[in-house]
Amino acid sequence: MRPSVQEMIARSNGKKNKKAIEKIIPILLFLIASVSVLTSIGIVVTLIVETITFFTRVPFFDFIFGTTWLPFSNKDAQFGILPLIVGTLKVTLIATIVAVPIGISAAIYLSEYASENVRRILKPVLEVLAGVPTIVYGFFALTFVTPILQSVFPEIKIFNAISPGIVVGIMIIPMIASLSEDAMSSVPKSIREGALAMGSTKFEVAWKITVPAALSGIIASVVLAVSRAIGETMIVSLAAGSTPRFDGDFTGSIQTMTAYIVQVSKGDAGFGTTIYYSIYAVGFTLFVFTMVMNILAGYVSKRFREEY
Amino acid sequence: MTTIITEKTTTEEVNDSAKKAVYETNQLNLWYGSNHALKNIDLEIMENEVTAIIGPSGCGKSTYLKTLNRMVELVPSVKTSGEILYRGRNIFDHDYGVEELRTRVGMVFQKPNPFPKSIYDNIAYGPRIHGIKNKKILDEIVEKSLRGAAIWEEVKDRLNENAYSISGGQQQRICIARALAIEPDVILMDEPTSALDPISTLKVEELVQELKKDYSIIIVTHNMQQAARISDKTAFFLNGEVIEYDQTDTIFSNPSDKRTEDYISGRFG
Amino acid sequence: MRYIEQQAVVKRMNGRLIANSIFKYVFLAATLVALVALVILLYRIISQGMGHLSIEFLTNFASRFPEKAGIKAALVGSLWLMLVVAPTSIILGVGSAIYLEEYAKQNRITTFIRMNISNLAGVPSVVFGLLGLTIFVRAMALGNSILAAGFTMSLLILPVIVVASQEAIRSVPGELRDASFGMGATKWQTIVKIILPAAIPGILTGSILALSRAIGETAPLIVIGVPVIIQFLPAGVMDTFTALPMQIYDWSSRPQPEFQNVAAAGIMVLMAVLLFMNSIAVIIRNKFDKRY
Repeated sequence: MRPSVQEMIARSNGKKNKKAIEKIIPILLFLIASVSVLTSIGIVVTLIVETITFFTRVPFFDFIFGTTWLPFSNKDAQFGILPLIVGTLKVTLIATIVAVPIGISAAIYLSEYASENVRRILKPVLEVLAGVPTIVYGFFALTFVTPILQSVFPEIKIFNAISPGIVVGIMIIPMIASLSEDAMSSVPKSIREGALAMGSTKFEVAWKITVPAALSGIIASVVLAVSRAIGETMIVSLAAGSTPRFDGDFTGSIQTMTAYIVQVSKGDAGFGTTIYYSIYAVGFTLFVFTMVMNILAGYVSKRFREEY
Repeated sequence: MTTIITEKTTTEEVNDSAKKAVYETNQLNLWYGSNHALKNIDLEIMENEVTAIIGPSGCGKSTYLKTLNRMVELVPSVKTSGEILYRGRNIFDHDYGVEELRTRVGMVFQKPNPFPKSIYDNIAYGPRIHGIKNKKILDEIVEKSLRGAAIWEEVKDRLNENAYSISGGQQQRICIARALAIEPDVILMDEPTSALDPISTLKVEELVQELKKDYSIIIVTHNMQQAARISDKTAFFLNGEVIEYDQTDTIFSNPSDKRTEDYISGRFG
Repeated sequence: MRYIEQQAVVKRMNGRLIANSIFKYVFLAATLVALVALVILLYRIISQGMGHLSIEFLTNFASRFPEKAGIKAALVGSLWLMLVVAPTSIILGVGSAIYLEEYAKQNRITTFIRMNISNLAGVPSVVFGLLGLTIFVRAMALGNSILAAGFTMSLLILPVIVVASQEAIRSVPGELRDASFGMGATKWQTIVKIILPAAIPGILTGSILALSRAIGETAPLIVIGVPVIIQFLPAGVMDTFTALPMQIYDWSSRPQPEFQNVAAAGIMVLMAVLLFMNSIAVIIRNKFDKRY
């Protein structure tokens, strides 16, 4: 006759040290969870420390108000970041013009019109489009979109703001479409049915009921997508060129903040040179831009969330 | 039905003096945040009996049951005062590990909740986590538990199938078998038949009758007929208080409190 | 006098119905832009790269001559990179998710960690490159090794894995936890034996998608100084290496048009790797779908 289960349990519990495990595990997991916090702190501290070093060599006001970015000149290097910001904004502007109407329309179609079968095809298409590496988009901009643009508008140069702008736009369409669709899908069916029962057409329901009700989510999706566009690196590095300029020309070579960081990293900027520190100053500026956008998106979707 | 109950009570009254209490609850109070869910509960629950806890929704009957194995503490913001003695030891004592308590006190839940594992692994889960690894002993425990839950014949050829492949009623008996596998002293049942069809319900009720030979059973039910059919003692809860606690046939045939009478005659609840 | 004249309503009806059907097609057309863009993109790359894709392309090292250029070092380098990124990011990501879902109390620290993770997801990848350059390459003196790049990429995809794992853990029914606790299992036993097995499909799907993002990322690698022309295979995690997107970037930015075809062939290899990883994710998702 074997001992009772309870006896066996009592015996094996005497051996093991369950209690110690239960005490150690939460501490261990807390340490793991704090890696993400340490990462954020690491990013902020790294950027700030190196940027401060940069400002010991380049005056702060020359940096943020300067309209000439000429870092590689031996004699009179100038670090006015405005040309890089303008370059970033040019690309972002075109991307937004391309992506916002298409993304929101696609969201409306998917949430209001598409049958289950159509959705089953289109949603994965958006997912795949979102999963294409940016280097592939960059290649596409340089070797396909730019030549086509040039054949229509001969004044466009090989490096320009328009082609990468369009392609960055294509890249962020899935983001706007799927986040906006989430917002629209969470508008209760009963509200739509109420409007349909009064004789509204489907378009009127979409435009006057669903879109306004989901507006905070839609705006948040656009803001997040714009933030993505600002931080996009490879498309602009390949197709936008490396000419920082402070003007309104979209057809010629420009340079964005991200592309500058890549340009310096590719080359051999010696550790400790002003150029080396300048990528942190530019990175910090970029970081501030995207953080402001992300916080804004979070604020919009929280503050203006509709109560159903 | 009444005759069955009378028969049962007569046999029990003979043994009653020899029986010991498994649970003694003294002045138990429980709060969910500021909501006073249990008020000054005093109850003594005897071994090898079926004790039913009845009462309308929100009366605290499930809360009380979950306090008996301290599952209620999984809800944040729960506070308790008073004491519950299990076999003479206060379960709220600092050095009383909940795991130890729950190894002695098994639980069967409202909805069948087998793990998404094979039937065998479901039953062997308890012994395994408590350190029993020997395959032969596990085989033995699994068979014994499934027989104990009267489901061995139905599942013996499909022990390696996922527990979700069988019917809801069978799943609930698997859950009972799972609780039996660690040979507990007490089995707590929280409305175990509320999600089952009438035939499965009957099987579980028969099983409860069978199990009380070896286990003390405390069952929460919203079904008064069920309480009358299967329990030896019944406690009536209302608004977090014990209104009446007595032999089941006394509660149902001759309640002393007006509110008990109103409830069992269906005037509210 | 009635406020609504049925005749006026009917008269306006036509216009409303026309607007309705026009906009239906406008919205459809917009959606199809995405599809068309994807088709053109894939067609262009395949038609350009097909001619250059061959066994030699997979087995050759990089070269100045487009016809001899191969992707061996980059392909092997990317696999090495994944060897570091996969365990690092999954351990950190799943561990964080378990902490947040199972252990964390509802307090300010927890809220802060959650907020922090969602903000981290919005930081541009090139900034992660700067972090990697400062901390891993310089401060920890790992140089431009596989390890330095792997750690940088792990931090980059960490938020994705944490969020996916949190959702997977959250979707495990509470009744299973109760059942396990009711048997006298400890919290950690319940997590290891019940919750993680039930959440593993969601965790794996999310992790694979995150890893496929890491395999296609270029910017952080450039910033931490991963070289392109590599004529040997790495032998350990401390060796320098190159990766698929780095190689593609290099070929794309060369002036000779022949290299564009080489780049396209490289993209096909990269996309094939991604397709392979995504199919695994889909298979896992379908296999384990709906088990309760």
